[in-house]
Amino acid sequence: MTSAVRLAGITKSFLGVTVLRDVDLELRAGEVHALMGENGAGKSTLLKVLAGVHRQDAGTVEIDGVAHTFAGPADAQRAGIAIIHQEFTLLPHRSVAENVHLGREPVRRLRVDRRRMVRETRELLDWLGEDGIDPTAAVSTLSVAQRQVVEIVKALATDARVLAMDEPTAALADHEVELLYDLVRRLRERGIAILYVSHRMREVFDLSDRITVLKDGAFVASAPTADLTSEDLVRHMVGRELSTLYPDRAAPDELGAVRLDLTDAGNARVRDVTLAVRAGEIVGLAGLQGAGRSAIARAVFGVQPFTRGTLAIDGVPRRITSPRGAVRHGIAFVTEDRKGEGLALRQSVRDNALLVRRSALRGRRSRVADDLRALLDSVNVVSRGEHQEVRFLSGGNQQKVVLAKWLAVDPKVLIVDEPTRGIDVGAKQAVHHLLRELARRGVAILMISSELPELIGMSDRIVVMHDGTPAGELPAGASEAAVMGLATGHEVGEVA
Amino acid sequence: MQEKPLPVRATPPEPRTRRFALTPTVIVYLALVVLLIVGSVLVGLRGGVLLDQAGLLNIFTRATALGLVAIGQTIVILTGSLDLSVAYLVGLTSLVAAETMAGQDGMIVPGVLLALAVAAVVGLVNGLVITVLKANAFIATLGVALILRGYLEHNYTGPAGDVPRTFQHLGYDRIGPIPVAALLMLAIAAACWWFLTRSRPGYHVYAVGGDIEVARLSGVRTRRTILTAHVLCSVAAGFAGIYLASRLGSGAPYVGTDAVFDLESIAAVVLGGTLLAGGRGGVVGTIGGVFILATLDTTFDALAVDPFFKDVVRGVVLITAVALYARRMVGRSP
Ligand SMILES: Nc1ncnc2c1ncn2[C@@H]1O[C@H](COP(=O)(O)OP(=O)(O)OP(=O)(O)O)[C@@H](O)[C@H]1O
Ligand SMILES: [Mg+2]
Repeated sequence: MTSAVRLAGITKSFLGVTVLRDVDLELRAGEVHALMGENGAGKSTLLKVLAGVHRQDAGTVEIDGVAHTFAGPADAQRAGIAIIHQEFTLLPHRSVAENVHLGREPVRRLRVDRRRMVRETRELLDWLGEDGIDPTAAVSTLSVAQRQVVEIVKALATDARVLAMDEPTAALADHEVELLYDLVRRLRERGIAILYVSHRMREVFDLSDRITVLKDGAFVASAPTADLTSEDLVRHMVGRELSTLYPDRAAPDELGAVRLDLTDAGNARVRDVTLAVRAGEIVGLAGLQGAGRSAIARAVFGVQPFTRGTLAIDGVPRRITSPRGAVRHGIAFVTEDRKGEGLALRQSVRDNALLVRRSALRGRRSRVADDLRALLDSVNVVSRGEHQEVRFLSGGNQQKVVLAKWLAVDPKVLIVDEPTRGIDVGAKQAVHHLLRELARRGVAILMISSELPELIGMSDRIVVMHDGTPAGELPAGASEAAVMGLATGHEVGEVA
Repeated sequence: MQEKPLPVRATPPEPRTRRFALTPTVIVYLALVVLLIVGSVLVGLRGGVLLDQAGLLNIFTRATALGLVAIGQTIVILTGSLDLSVAYLVGLTSLVAAETMAGQDGMIVPGVLLALAVAAVVGLVNGLVITVLKANAFIATLGVALILRGYLEHNYTGPAGDVPRTFQHLGYDRIGPIPVAALLMLAIAAACWWFLTRSRPGYHVYAVGGDIEVARLSGVRTRRTILTAHVLCSVAAGFAGIYLASRLGSGAPYVGTDAVFDLESIAAVVLGGTLLAGGRGGVVGTIGGVFILATLDTTFDALAVDPFFKDVVRGVVLITAVALYARRMVGRSP
């Protein structure tokens, strides 16, 4: 097979900090090439160099043997490179067709040829089997999964020969992930070279032909997927052996009194929620997308409060109508939208870590400086100092700052919604151990995760939601089939 | 740029309804109609007529200069920028035009062209300060405004230059109750509408204002887009300066600032439903906003109300409009 793209000796630094160091990578036509590495390893940066977003300090980008220096993204597009960024690159108020052709609008007699934009968009959507998306609809009316499809269509519309995908499944539900796999395989058959970044092991092994690992901005290894085991991969990424086991569950005598107690609670999104979490316990909340898992979390935290039933904290009934009220009663909430709701991205690590303590609780200011260090160390945040803006931290470290923010106020009840989304294996394990350690210290934890192995591995008990209401409860170590059975509305026994 | 949010419920897409939607643009024209009716009734109760020949002429005349400035302001606001230098620029271009013409018919064309060229240069400077020096648009254009003011204060104490009679026709000729200049203003608005909604650079204006990072990653030349917007905005202000010179018969350094064109134009744009943050809105709404302001003023003049009361009402109208649009936007985004 011919190599479509060759990156050689790519070096890139930001403000004196070297992020990529002499990285080589060869991408062949008709191959799915996975790029792996810890958070902050430089994967997205490498993709952005390839896509002309960043200019490398040294090294060459060769396409079909011709060296290119891209002046900008438009240049890279013309050279046949398309990229699906880690963040959405869609304009919510513009139509699907307008987004798909953004920056490359076809012009006919001085005017943008809208008909052609719509027609071409529709053709691509049809080809993907996604004819449910109206090319003239505003992107803001689409679901997250549909937006991801639009993002793919946008990349395909450039007639790309090289497609780089940066964590394309991070925002997708399981069945949508299947559709994406299918799509990637079809693109491969058409001879498109695909560079695929993901933190999900299973996905990488299912999909890729070759894996390249980066660590701290440097090339570590590259091998055919068939020659690698997941242990090898983790060792390359993390630099050491890493047990893939989950921390031990709580022993019966470690469980304390009920801290969070919901009885027949409900609001517009969920109904008849009866649920208790004890001190020292991690209760997993399972269910399909939209089954009401996050809705419960948001209700307990007072974002969209319960309107029926009772909520008791440590046995005392409470009416929680705002996040501030929730914090006052010792509830902490790590939201699923880390960047949107969890962090003040342009503020420092320090300001983020102290955000809740400063805003919701009175006094105790003098102690702040002393235990900030200890706080950040306890969650193991790796940053260039407490004054670094959090937007420059890797995903895993950002998540740790969010946890630190809540630990700063010693919560009684901690709700974590997708706590390990988009973070690497090492950081994921660190978060798992941190959660278990908190439980040991007497915190009651309610955990939501779409990754079933993680949810099952971590939970002392699993409550499965179906259609806005708890469909049943399963003990620790329940099978994936049992969880899915309840989640899809079948009785456990019916599942084959 | 927005981090990919988490899979919220995969709601099926709403079927796209072609139903009549209450967009800000529709609201602003409905408000205009209501205002014309209420104004007519109020003036009628006092025994006058709002929409007679003189009244219409008054409304159109007021709308012309502000309309020109606001059209330009719409373009920069849509890109997510802002221009606070337009008021002084209107004064400056009126002087450039009138002084170049110096009463001679033969100098009309050079006067107009020179005034527009000066405007374009000022727009280019605004755009460069924002894109190259990366100054915030508010500060950048405020700085340029101060420089223009310094120049005007140092060199002029009052009106200067002389506009030939022939050119004054531009300011005073009319077809029925409608001034020719107002029609020209509407023609320029139509051209801008075409630019924004049909041309490629226009698409990029919305993209840059919607999310500059997204636009950049999609291959849009963001710097060029912002520069273009600022040049167009200043040229529109230049047209306003030329028009006012033709009406006054000379150039006047403070003709723009006396009319508070900087803030008035922004008010008209926002009243017209364009998001101050950029990316959404358009010229059609702005023209509606301009006519609302012009009608309010004309009505108040006819009723001879206290200037204080007049300002209070304008303020209330503006705030109400923005609150109304904000509600509608919240209702829309899922
Ligand atoms: N524009 C920028 N300015 C300064 N530093 C940056 C910039 N972009 C990235 N970095 C830094 O470069 C390093 C590599 O970041 P990059 O986003 O490439 O990591 P990644 O491998 O994609 O991580 P993740 O798995 O979390 O997405 C990080 O330390 C990050 O803080
Ligand atoms: Mg990344």
